[in-house]
Amino acid sequence: MTWGAPARTIHRVMNSDVPAVRAAGLTVARGARTVLKGLDFTVPRGQVTGLLGPSGCGKSTLMRAVVGAQAKVTGDLDVLGRPAGHPALRSRVGYVTQAPSVYVDLTVRQNLDYFASVLQPGTARADRRSTVQRVLAEVDLTSRADNLVSRLSGGQRSRASLAVALLGTPELLVLDEPTVGLDPVLRRDLWNLFHRLAADRGTTLLVSSHVMDEAERCDRLLLLRDGQLLADDTPEALRARTRTQTVEDAFLHLVDQAAHRQEATR
Amino acid sequence: MTAQRTLATARRVLRQLSHDPRTIALMLGVPLALITLLYWAFHATPQTFDHIGPALLGIFPLIVMFLVTSIATLRERTSGTLERLLSMPLRKADLILGYALAFGLLAIAQAALATGLAVGLLHLSLAGSTWLLLLVAVLDSLLGTALGLFVSAFAASEFQAVQFMPAVIFPQLLLCGLFVPRGAMPTALSYASDVLPMSYAVDAMTRVSRETSVTGDLTRDLAIIAGSALLVLGLGSATLRRRTP
Repeated sequence: MTWGAPARTIHRVMNSDVPAVRAAGLTVARGARTVLKGLDFTVPRGQVTGLLGPSGCGKSTLMRAVVGAQAKVTGDLDVLGRPAGHPALRSRVGYVTQAPSVYVDLTVRQNLDYFASVLQPGTARADRRSTVQRVLAEVDLTSRADNLVSRLSGGQRSRASLAVALLGTPELLVLDEPTVGLDPVLRRDLWNLFHRLAADRGTTLLVSSHVMDEAERCDRLLLLRDGQLLADDTPEALRARTRTQTVEDAFLHLVDQAAHRQEATR
Repeated sequence: MTAQRTLATARRVLRQLSHDPRTIALMLGVPLALITLLYWAFHATPQTFDHIGPALLGIFPLIVMFLVTSIATLRERTSGTLERLLSMPLRKADLILGYALAFGLLAIAQAALATGLAVGLLHLSLAGSTWLLLLVAVLDSLLGTALGLFVSAFAASEFQAVQFMPAVIFPQLLLCGLFVPRGAMPTALSYASDVLPMSYAVDAMTRVSRETSVTGDLTRDLAIIAGSALLVLGLGSATLRRRTP
């Protein structure tokens, strides 16, 4: 599938009022457990939305549902105006799993070259090479491009995995904990990259993290706990509403509040 | 578009192997060593080598490709790359054909070496054409690729995948007519032998080595091998799920 630039622009303008993700009563069961319990939320376009919550709260399941990799999803879940997992979305949504999913027995460049030809077959070799060069620079792996992935450190592997998602210039990027185990400088660089993608290309980013200080870097936040949404707001509004200084305090405040409410109804 | 994705996948699989020369050496070298060993062991009775040799030329590509494919696809499933590929605009057939193409090429190299050694140096008597022998070997390897792809869906780890080799391959080996002629087996086993694809792989090789022309029986054997390979590839493709629990 190759997208002409003008066609793409028209497409975007036409759909710009449709949110990137819209969920209503989203419920997911894994085995006997209900992991997501009737979530309602929207993810606006062209912004960085953070999906925050403790590990095991259902973040990865939510992301897998959005990209259409999760079975047993009930309720409504629309992505870029189509039901999640629709074949037409496969070239428009980029997904990076928590564990780096690249071939360890290929070099970084060979990985990118392969995924690029899967995403955009028929591109001239020179174009593909320049795309690969661009994403290598974006994740700061140019100097390790010709190393086997198995020789890279954990952080470098996750950046190689992230680079794959940047290849096709997707409209929605779903990133599952992309900054785990990275040093502070690199983390800052990546967050700057995320915001640049949103500002320059109008890309929508849905980024999960269990580190609360990353929440401050997001345009919007979805706070998830135990399969339920505690909040869907901007960081500023969240702090103002809970009269707290940090998102972390706001999260704790909301958890306590929910516990109180539960006790009151008991 | 689709052909390009298939070719890209085949190239990727071969590139992965190219970083692993030891595996390539084992895939190509072990059959040669075993055939030589067999020739040596039956040195006193060359007619036994003529009897078993062709069967082995059919069995080696099947077993080697079975092992390599089951491990390679299992890795693809456990490393998350399969989930990533299936979230991209890649058809399952592109992926499967890409694997089949890459391993098919390797099988040609392997079969060419094994046939060259057996016929050229060890004087295995071959009545039919060498090209036909090569064709049978390639079909056998595709059957191995198909079986490997299919069983990898039922293996959660490399330990389990390797155990599928005795479970899936050994019964076929015992019943393919190599040890006991298929007609001389107890009735139940003879029926079992009739439905196991390796029997036809061995039959086809034996026919090529004994008959000078392409007979109807040989054509039927080849059709059965190709048909089973396609059937199992289809089943294997059904195990590649875009949505997983």
